[in-house]
Amino acid sequence: MTTEARKVPQGRVFPVPIPWERVPWWAVILAIVGVTIGWSVLTSEAYLRVIRFVTVGVRLTLHVTVVSYIIALVLGLIFGLMRVSDNPVLYAVSTLYVEVIRGIPLLVIILYVGYVITPRIRDATGGQINLQGVPAAVLAMAICYGAFEAEVYRGGIESIEAGQMEAARSLGMSYIQAMRYVILPQAIRRILPPLGNDFISLLKDSALISVIALPDLLQMGRLYVSRTYRAFEGYNTVALLYLVMTLCLSLVVRLVERKAAIE
Amino acid sequence: MNREPIIRIENVYKSFGHVKAVAGVSLEVYPGEVVVIIGPSGGGKSTLLRCINKLETIDRGRIIVDGHSIGETKQINKVRAEIGMVFQLFNLFPHLTALENIVLAQRRVRHRKHKRAEEIAHQQLAKVGIAEKWNSYPSQLSGGQQQRVAIARALAMDPKIMLFDEPTSALDPEMIKGVLDVMLDLAREGMTMVVVSHEMGFVRAAADRVALLDEGALVEVTTPERLFDSPEQERTKQFLSQILH
Ligand SMILES: Nc1ncnc2c1ncn2[C@@H]1O[C@H](COP(=O)(O)OP(=O)(O)OP(=O)(O)O)[C@@H](O)[C@H]1O
Ligand SMILES: [Mg+2]
Repeated sequence: MTTEARKVPQGRVFPVPIPWERVPWWAVILAIVGVTIGWSVLTSEAYLRVIRFVTVGVRLTLHVTVVSYIIALVLGLIFGLMRVSDNPVLYAVSTLYVEVIRGIPLLVIILYVGYVITPRIRDATGGQINLQGVPAAVLAMAICYGAFEAEVYRGGIESIEAGQMEAARSLGMSYIQAMRYVILPQAIRRILPPLGNDFISLLKDSALISVIALPDLLQMGRLYVSRTYRAFEGYNTVALLYLVMTLCLSLVVRLVERKAAIE
Repeated sequence: MNREPIIRIENVYKSFGHVKAVAGVSLEVYPGEVVVIIGPSGGGKSTLLRCINKLETIDRGRIIVDGHSIGETKQINKVRAEIGMVFQLFNLFPHLTALENIVLAQRRVRHRKHKRAEEIAHQQLAKVGIAEKWNSYPSQLSGGQQQRVAIARALAMDPKIMLFDEPTSALDPEMIKGVLDVMLDLAREGMTMVVVSHEMGFVRAAADRVALLDEGALVEVTTPERLFDSPEQERTKQFLSQILH
């Protein structure tokens, strides 16, 4: 950054370090309410019992979310680049992937990967490669969100003016160099908000993996309820824990976006 | 001139669908020469210029630059590195500072060491008269300053040829002179230049030859003196009267 951009605005009576108008007040209110609820929850033995029971589920939910999101980002980048490629084969393959995956409900993809694809891989390799269970869930989420992110990347790349690619190529850069050093850095900055939103959506959609009997947060909550018949505390806790996780994530996403915007 | 032409355009055609943007143009440019292309809007000036460094692929004909046939060469990136191009809308990389804009291709294409590339970038910025703006982002620069960074970025590659596509037509009037002065200096240093521009002051001062392009074809190729004093073609007179009022 230049010194000009860093200069404090002149003419203020007090140099204000925090711009108050930019504090996310909705988040502050939510945090206060959350702490109040959280306090009453944490001091109640009934709720503590649920929380202790579902903690392993939280861990699995976070694990599946983070790993599949990272894979989805990589898949999305690869297929997004193929979508904007002049090569008809790459274009066709990536379009096929995106259209097929986007046309199938995530729940179906999870069941399909969990009960059709991974058992066949296991049988075909004589048990050598066994992706059943958590890897299947990660794979399904990553394949699905990879298709979403491919479209996000494509949109971002296409939003960069053609003159950028032309300027880079006219300097003698290859297509790949121009993509890497000129187009993608700009495109990624533009698509941070949708990428961040998809991270949060993925976290919520990860509740669907309970359908292949994985002990994620939702599955553990259901298990608790079916054992204790305490649906009220059970689902309150599940909902609250999802909310806490998505709120934390959205704060992180906002921070990253703001940092990128300043740069 | 008895030397070999550095750019040889032979009977080039380029259409966009039904639109014949360039239709049968032949033109030779010799080393050190400044050729200015003028002509009405839609006449094919930009397209012809962009064919020279293969930003457009030609339909027919041949373009040979510095011994390389642009259509056939397998080393188009190497050839492009020898051809600097300056665009009407600058096309600086907005996520990089002025200095980084100039360093990038030196590093990735010319494979210069980072320090060396930065030295050259500073020299080029000084040459175009904005040495102190090295750490500014394009959005923090005026149009004229941005265009000078764009020229410095092209020059840092040590090109043999510079192409300019209406480099001053997107600038505020008070910015134009600074950019034209940089181009004039370049012309005096002996750079081979192909310039699309309607700045008649620049034409008089710098052009060796002027080519009028209309409906994709060259109407007249002449010297600036003869262009202004005794144009041969009726179409040339017509066009000049339009732009000179
Ligand atoms: N990418 C393109 N797709 C379709 N048509 C195009 C394209 N580029 C140029 N053309 C058409 O080709 C013709 C020549 O355009 P060109 O930009 O070369 O003209 P020009 O002489 O540079 O005009 P101007 O002075 O307005 O810049 C025009 O009719 C234009 O509409
Ligand atoms: Mg043009």
